[in-house]
Amino acid sequence: MPEITLHVNGLEHRLDVPDRMLLTDALRQRLGLTGTHVGCEHGVCGACTILLDDQPVRACLTLAVQADGHRIRTVESVAPSEEELHPVQQAMRDCHGLQCGFCTPGIVMSLLALHEQEEPPGPEEIDETLSGHLCRCTGYRNITEAAHRALGCAGHAGPADAAGHEHEGAGR
Amino acid sequence: MKPAPFTYRRARSLAEAADLLAACPDAKILAGGQSLVPMLNMRLARPETLVDIGSLAALDYVDVVDGHLEVGAAARQAAVAAHPLVRARLPVLAAAIGRIGHSQIRNRGTVCGSIAHHDPSAELPALALALDARILTYGVRGTAVHEAAAFFTGTFDTALAPDEIVTAVQFPLPEPGTGWAFEEVARRSGDFALVGGTALLRAAADGTVERVRIALFGVASTPVRLPAVEELVTGAALREDVLAAAERLTARTLDPTADSHASADYRREVAAHLVRTVLADAFARTPAGSPTDA
Repeated sequence: MPEITLHVNGLEHRLDVPDRMLLTDALRQRLGLTGTHVGCEHGVCGACTILLDDQPVRACLTLAVQADGHRIRTVESVAPSEEELHPVQQAMRDCHGLQCGFCTPGIVMSLLALHEQEEPPGPEEIDETLSGHLCRCTGYRNITEAAHRALGCAGHAGPADAAGHEHEGAGR
Repeated sequence: MKPAPFTYRRARSLAEAADLLAACPDAKILAGGQSLVPMLNMRLARPETLVDIGSLAALDYVDVVDGHLEVGAAARQAAVAAHPLVRARLPVLAAAIGRIGHSQIRNRGTVCGSIAHHDPSAELPALALALDARILTYGVRGTAVHEAAAFFTGTFDTALAPDEIVTAVQFPLPEPGTGWAFEEVARRSGDFALVGGTALLRAAADGTVERVRIALFGVASTPVRLPAVEELVTGAALREDVLAAAERLTARTLDPTADSHASADYRREVAAHLVRTVLADAFARTPAGSPTDA
């Protein structure tokens, strides 16, 4: 078994992994980072999305050995502290961007990459990014609202809409 | 599912990759892995050895050489689509890449890998065919060049020999003023296309078509050019009657295969409509077709 070095969430790990081990399984089974979820295992559902050298990729379509020497971030690294949420996570919470939460880690990682890019994404880029994630609960509207809120998407009525719904709810 | 066991070798040079490929009879080249790893996971592919060329920096490039845009085998699709040379000189390539899977897939997948893999519903083989691209290879027997027109031989099948590695693809740059279009129909964003098409078109100042290339994918076991439709349109002005004739001729010419995703009739109808769409859109991107921009 080859020995590989993974830089995960700021820590260096040396691991012996079988050649055929997927990065999802190395993260979950070897490092105990079970926040990265396993869904379809052929790149369609997006639940396993992580950041590899700051880019969102499917951990299920990456062999652990391919990630040797690379920097990886998983959902466990996103919140700044035990008490605080990252703006992307806070927006997902505020906008009810999740129900069962299975797809959420992957979505958070993709939105985190958009949050970190120099040029703020437009609505089309947000839609394109979210199209790489399957959610069977929410119908996507609340996820999209959360994305627009977190990413400060110019000219979008999403956050105002969300505020409106809250107001409506409070009035009943 | 998980892949069946294999031996993974990360090549430190192209020469080493060629040696490994020749030494292991059942070896596959791995670059981005966005087509191969799903097939490993589903055990549709069970190679004994994977030779990884994805981290060879010498193959990670986009360049313009002698009127060609050349893309190296380790260049990721997202990086290629965003590359200034591609945006300026071959925007149809960026458009085609934009239709591949999802952004998270394109961050890993490679342009050359998509061409070597040759899924008949994939975008880049069709674009390679439309542009008469050249596929450059390397192996223990030396270098070779494959013309796109003879490269795609059948579903997931190409003219690539077992000991050949695709090292780059050269897309001839269209002459300035060439209009382009790339369209596909899929059930959901990111799904494999049911049918797709691309057109590159030059028009005279009076709006008559001087030269046109049309390629479709998802309608046969390989991408197809439409020489009869190209001939029909060449020399004509793209008025409604010509577009309608091109649509009818496409429907008559094609004999698409049916599968669980779409019937042959549906594919034929969509393909005919797409030919009209890409012709009109490509014309609109020529100086004659967009006089207000000129």
